[in-house]
Amino acid sequence: MTSGVLTWHSRFFVCCLFFSAEDHFLHACEGDENRELRFHLCHDLWDKIKTNTEALQDELNRNILDSLLDFTRKCSSTRRHSDWASQMRASEIPTAALVLGVNVPDHDMTFKSLSDLLQQSVTPHVASVQAKECGALKHLMKRVLERLMDTVVDDDDDEEEEEEAEQAGAPLNKAVHCSLGTLCAWYNAKTKKSNLGTPGKKRSSPASDDSQPPPVVIIFKDLEAFNPKVLQDFILICSRYVQRLPLMFIFGIATSPSTIQHMLPHSVSSLLCIELFQSLSCTQHLATVIDKLILTPQFPFKLNGKVMQVLISIFLYHDFSVRNFIKGIQLALLEHFHSQPLSVLCCKKEAALLNVMQLGHLDLERIRKLQSFKRYVEKQEAQEQVNLFTDDSHLKGVCQKLIKDLRKYHKNYYPILRCLHTLTSSLPRYPLGKQIRELHLICLEKNIWENEEYQSAMKLLKMMAKDQLIGLLQRCEEILRPVKSKKMNRALVQLEDLLAKFKQLDTVAAEPPPPSVEDRITSPVKDLQKKTDLFQLQKALLEMNESRRSKKLSPFEALRNEALEFIDSLVKSHLSPPESQALNEVCYYASSATVRRHLNAAPRTSIQAALSSPYYYLQNERLQTADGLVSNAAPDICIVYKLHLECGRLINLYDWLEAYATVVSAAEGDEPGSDSFGKVDDVRHARFIRAVSELEFLGFIKSTKQKTDHVARLSWGGC
Amino acid sequence: MSALVQHPGYDEERLQRVCGQLPCRDVQAGMLLSLMGQPHQYSFPSIFIYGHRSSGKSHVMHVLLKELELPHAMVSCVECLSVAVLFEQVLLSFFGCDAASLLPRSPSLSDFVRVYRQQRSQRPAEQTRYIVMEKAELLRDADANLLPALLRLQELVEDNVTVILLSEIVWDKFRPNTGCFEPLQLHFPDYSKAGVSQDKHPSHSAEFYSSYINILLGVFYSVCRDLRELRHLVRHTLTMKETDTHKLWRNIEPHLKKAMRTVYLREVSSLQWEQMQQMEEKDTGAVRGLSAHTHVELPYYSKFLLIAAYLASYNPARTDKRFFLKHHGKIRKTNFLKKNEKTSNHLLGPKPFPLDRLLAIFYSVVDSRVAPTASIFSQISSLVTLQLLTQVSHDDQLDAPKYKCAVSMDFICAISRTVNFEIVQYLYDFL
Repeated sequence: MTSGVLTWHSRFFVCCLFFSAEDHFLHACEGDENRELRFHLCHDLWDKIKTNTEALQDELNRNILDSLLDFTRKCSSTRRHSDWASQMRASEIPTAALVLGVNVPDHDMTFKSLSDLLQQSVTPHVASVQAKECGALKHLMKRVLERLMDTVVDDDDDEEEEEEAEQAGAPLNKAVHCSLGTLCAWYNAKTKKSNLGTPGKKRSSPASDDSQPPPVVIIFKDLEAFNPKVLQDFILICSRYVQRLPLMFIFGIATSPSTIQHMLPHSVSSLLCIELFQSLSCTQHLATVIDKLILTPQFPFKLNGKVMQVLISIFLYHDFSVRNFIKGIQLALLEHFHSQPLSVLCCKKEAALLNVMQLGHLDLERIRKLQSFKRYVEKQEAQEQVNLFTDDSHLKGVCQKLIKDLRKYHKNYYPILRCLHTLTSSLPRYPLGKQIRELHLICLEKNIWENEEYQSAMKLLKMMAKDQLIGLLQRCEEILRPVKSKKMNRALVQLEDLLAKFKQLDTVAAEPPPPSVEDRITSPVKDLQKKTDLFQLQKALLEMNESRRSKKLSPFEALRNEALEFIDSLVKSHLSPPESQALNEVCYYASSATVRRHLNAAPRTSIQAALSSPYYYLQNERLQTADGLVSNAAPDICIVYKLHLECGRLINLYDWLEAYATVVSAAEGDEPGSDSFGKVDDVRHARFIRAVSELEFLGFIKSTKQKTDHVARLSWGGC
Repeated sequence: MSALVQHPGYDEERLQRVCGQLPCRDVQAGMLLSLMGQPHQYSFPSIFIYGHRSSGKSHVMHVLLKELELPHAMVSCVECLSVAVLFEQVLLSFFGCDAASLLPRSPSLSDFVRVYRQQRSQRPAEQTRYIVMEKAELLRDADANLLPALLRLQELVEDNVTVILLSEIVWDKFRPNTGCFEPLQLHFPDYSKAGVSQDKHPSHSAEFYSSYINILLGVFYSVCRDLRELRHLVRHTLTMKETDTHKLWRNIEPHLKKAMRTVYLREVSSLQWEQMQQMEEKDTGAVRGLSAHTHVELPYYSKFLLIAAYLASYNPARTDKRFFLKHHGKIRKTNFLKKNEKTSNHLLGPKPFPLDRLLAIFYSVVDSRVAPTASIFSQISSLVTLQLLTQVSHDDQLDAPKYKCAVSMDFICAISRTVNFEIVQYLYDFL
């Protein structure tokens, strides 16, 4: 059942994501006139996003890949050393255990860049194998040989192989079968050739200053899925050849390194010299991707809160796959440009301003219908309102202004969001979330300053110690500094002012503080120690609280309040949700239901929907009924399904058939009471049997041996 | 030692060299040589040598055949994916590639015998030819006629050939039930403690080195007799200089204990251990071993699926009502269960459960409403590929597949802690 769904699901996935974008737009239903323009905008934007993410992922993988490369170089170089220790180590096969996390869909990319890098800088001999193509030792061997030697190794062309070997001047002990001996001979021939200086395929590696042979690297992409027996035998064989053939393994591990010990007995794992490499966790990976891809004004296309929420929850709850997350963004992008005619304005500033001028009357009417625009209009004066609704050219001018405003909003939003995150991310209990994406989601939903958590975060900030606060403010300063926007520059100046004042405070505070403050705080504490009565204690504490609140603020506290008010004002002016901005529909994709439907398919729900309300899919007027009812004219399987819902766990087939016959006779217009009404004839019988077997195929029922002529209902059928 | 040197038919100088290369194995080597007889004499058709891992079986054979320059073929049975590889390697090393190419595709035993006889008639053996089969225990899984045929190959091909089988298993476990020719059996005992300390080191004096090995053996000999492992240990622990002999035993011991925990189990690779040794002077934190990394990050619902699978595997199905229904009534443990169910389920190991039950439990343990989407089902299959679940039923069975949970109690406890789920309260064994 599962695998059936899986293939179905993946096919669906492929359809909606790799559907040729151009075809998709050919069938565009909204706004035909600027279809091509939108397609090009979408295409360009996606290209940009794609190159950006690829660069980002390379960057993220660089560390681990670099250390892996180092490892391979080191391994191949220690082989030559003749000291005692390395000689003894020579019998071990160097192995890198690469722990990549459970997000298997992302691994492909890592392995691809790894093998590319290896081929570029260490060795031309790299082969990667997957578990599903290596069911038996023979297949594994064959794959490895094929990929390393770049030829088809098969028992079918023995002669050919031999000829090849003779040409290469292979030594006498040449085996024609697919065995490591063949590989060994091939490798010797290869290295000998390149040592002689004949131009071969082999690239000269930077490390090979002398005649050091390049290692042969075999990458096992998914170690867990390998058959342990196959792997053990393969390692045993390899270890026999390691003296002649500089082999090296890379294990891709999804769960934990202890799998190696589970899969390989000691006698086998002792043949390996395993070193562990841990890759970045996928949540960190996602955080970086969000940081660089979403929390930036660089791309005009944005996701609204609900869509973000859907994508993030798919990531956190279902697959941990960054690749799928980016695919989700791609889907949203495609859908946005496809379904929103006004997305022509979702591009770089200059282009957007130009596109505004080229909007047709129809598009301007669309703008007038936008929720955000209506809200904007309501705020204008009466004459202006009339102008906006009647004068197209005036509207264009206003639109240009609004587009500029929207851009400014984004320019200011992200730096302030980062500042707020810096301030709140270290607070106890994380009132506004640990990750910046949580804060971003809150801000997208509603006015953050009306949020209870925001208030409590502010309260906590008001209790912060001086050093900590200064440190955080300095980090905010660093965030604001590179931003090129007037408002942010002004904010930066103010922040610098505040920081300077804090520093001044230091010099002032060097003088002895007024002792009165000390006294007032310490004396009740002294009193406290004397008191033993609970009531008294409570009272004293309350008093203390009162006195603290009423007491005059120290200069630091005053300054702290000032700083926080400043931050608060920044938040209030810049972190309003995008819905409040006019024309936000141009940039924000809001249809979370579409994304959810496409990415998190629910086959069971759709099958049930089809069975219980066939009108939804068939669109035939006769099938339209009130909720919960099935028309008599519905397809047989729907009627049978509906009837089966009324039964218990075991269904009597004969009763079922009778009920079915009654319903069908009614549909065929038989008079109730007439002889033939509800009678089971051959045709009805056959139709019933077919419908039942279809239900069985869909997994709603199954045959049972508990009772004769009964079938059992399955609770998780149809999935 | 003198016994080894005097064998007629062999060059004395060479025997001397063999002797040097085979410390502590001179008795066995001598025995072998006398079995083999002089090169031109016919030898016993098949010899079966058994002994524990790294008791020098292959090494002795290798050194003998190589140094005495006897015609031989060394074949490891692991490598023989099919008998074809075996036949080819034998023919190749006796008669060269031309002979090997005479074999048809997927040759049978009789093809091999035919080709062998044909070749032999052209080049009859002047000396005994030896076929050494390493890891011979794998021959038991090969075709039924292979082992008996190899045992009397001498008769089959009418040539001066001897098959030597090397195995870690005694001959009794080999004997096919149809009966066969009994090979001559030879046992290689483990290297003795005294024998091991005769090892040589290039940069240390023999006296120092052997006393060092004695110390090391004091710690390790009780847990490990594998010579290769011991060498591995010696190599990694021998870091001091000879002048430091005054360093007391007490200084070495903690060092060795640590090695026992890490190097012996190959928790750290040899390279890492060397780095650790170098860093030790700076007193940096120890490198974490392989098994220290047991933490696995999983998506939220996968965690719950795994928890549900664990519960389904370790609770009897009849108890599900008690755990997952609100009004289950009173069910007492003693009366409720059949006699055989009273033993701890954790002792019996995980039981298979159908997909239906897994999902039913999943939906009652997960706290939010979850739509039964395709991703939930794909998570089940990805848990199977990660080997956290195992599919019990056959892949082809599409309706009601069965699974088993393959994770340990500790693992599932750690997982459920991250999602604030008190798994112990739901386990029947811990009621």
